[in-house]
Amino acid sequence: MYTQGLDQAGKEQREVAETADMLAAFQARIDAEEKIEAKDWMPEAYRRTLIRQISQHAHSEIIGMQPEGNWLTRAPSLKRKAILLAKVQDEAGHGLYLYSAAETLGVSRDQLVGDLLSGKAKYSSIFNYPTLSWADIGAVGWLVDGAAIMNQIPLCRCSYGPYARAMVRVCKEESFHQRQGFEIMLTLCRGTDEQKAMAQDALSRWWWPSLMMFGPNDSESKHSAQSMAWKIKRFTNDELRQKFVDVTVQQAEYLGISVPDKDLRFDESSGHHTFGEIDWQEFMDVIAGNGPCNKQRLEKRQAAHDDGAWVREAAQAYASKQAALAAA
Amino acid sequence: MSKQEWPLYEVFIRTKSGLSHRHAGSVHAADDQMALDNARDTYTRRREGVSLWVVRSDSIVASDPAETAAFFEPAEDKIYRHPTFYEIPDGVENL
Repeated sequence: MYTQGLDQAGKEQREVAETADMLAAFQARIDAEEKIEAKDWMPEAYRRTLIRQISQHAHSEIIGMQPEGNWLTRAPSLKRKAILLAKVQDEAGHGLYLYSAAETLGVSRDQLVGDLLSGKAKYSSIFNYPTLSWADIGAVGWLVDGAAIMNQIPLCRCSYGPYARAMVRVCKEESFHQRQGFEIMLTLCRGTDEQKAMAQDALSRWWWPSLMMFGPNDSESKHSAQSMAWKIKRFTNDELRQKFVDVTVQQAEYLGISVPDKDLRFDESSGHHTFGEIDWQEFMDVIAGNGPCNKQRLEKRQAAHDDGAWVREAAQAYASKQAALAAA
Repeated sequence: MSKQEWPLYEVFIRTKSGLSHRHAGSVHAADDQMALDNARDTYTRRREGVSLWVVRSDSIVASDPAETAAFFEPAEDKIYRHPTFYEIPDGVENL
């Protein structure tokens, strides 16, 4: 679903022979809009930044299956259920495209999965919030996937080829997700007062966490400048957040529900909406592992991993046996 | 049971008859059949293909990016292989 720009400074700068000439030649390729491919030479820091970002993105897709999966058995109709099932399956697919892209950088799948399970790797803060009502499935599709699209469209032009190509695939599918979310909201808003209240409640709870998805303000975002120079990122966190607010406020007006921000107003002179201050303390708390569902999400992922162990082992045993028979 | 990671397979999709297979990504699988099934579920959920190839990643022999210039050098100075190399006077048609 999305990556959050949580990059923290790498602790160890691995000592490799990276001469100034090599770094300059690499930057020249980037500046010329050349794509970097898997086996090309790249600075270690570029590789590490990408591994961190792509794997964090992959983990977000995988963990993101949980808040949506929460409503699979309770979707209000068979049609809604089939659609939600397809969407959750897409999230798994997105995770797999992205793990596959990360692996081209020389990290193993087991290592990536291990880092998620151990809590070493981060995933998007948004998935640590609970989906309390059916309307939340609408809000997640509309807002969370909407924010994800804002962030991901520019990633289709990322300088790293395998990541960019995976993002093209993801973006095509993500727009189905956003539309189905909006359609759920629309149906609720055209329904009874009680249904409309559900939609309002979902917007009220998901609005601020959605804005947090874009990551810290530019002034606080340590790695933005380097990622921009490497053309991994094309727009800053604040630019993308502004764009999201501008398009989403209009959609909320159409739905007839209100964005929970008393400071929100349209600024004629800039042509943009100005909005209130984000609660960054809440953001930091969720990132630090203290959001409403962090513990539950990881426990559930761990349980799914453990419960699947016998299947993986059986498949491996079968494959080994067949290989041995074929060799005999 | 060993903690051995399943091998990686590269996935190629033919989007419709008449077109070549094109690289889409990769999947892990315990064996060839599972690689095909996983590739189908991962890369063709929206009828993206009519044919799939999967090949063990470690079976692919690739040119070395660091040697790109030298490796492709023989083609560098043979511009006469291109039709635009030849000057055809005005008035000559269908050539």
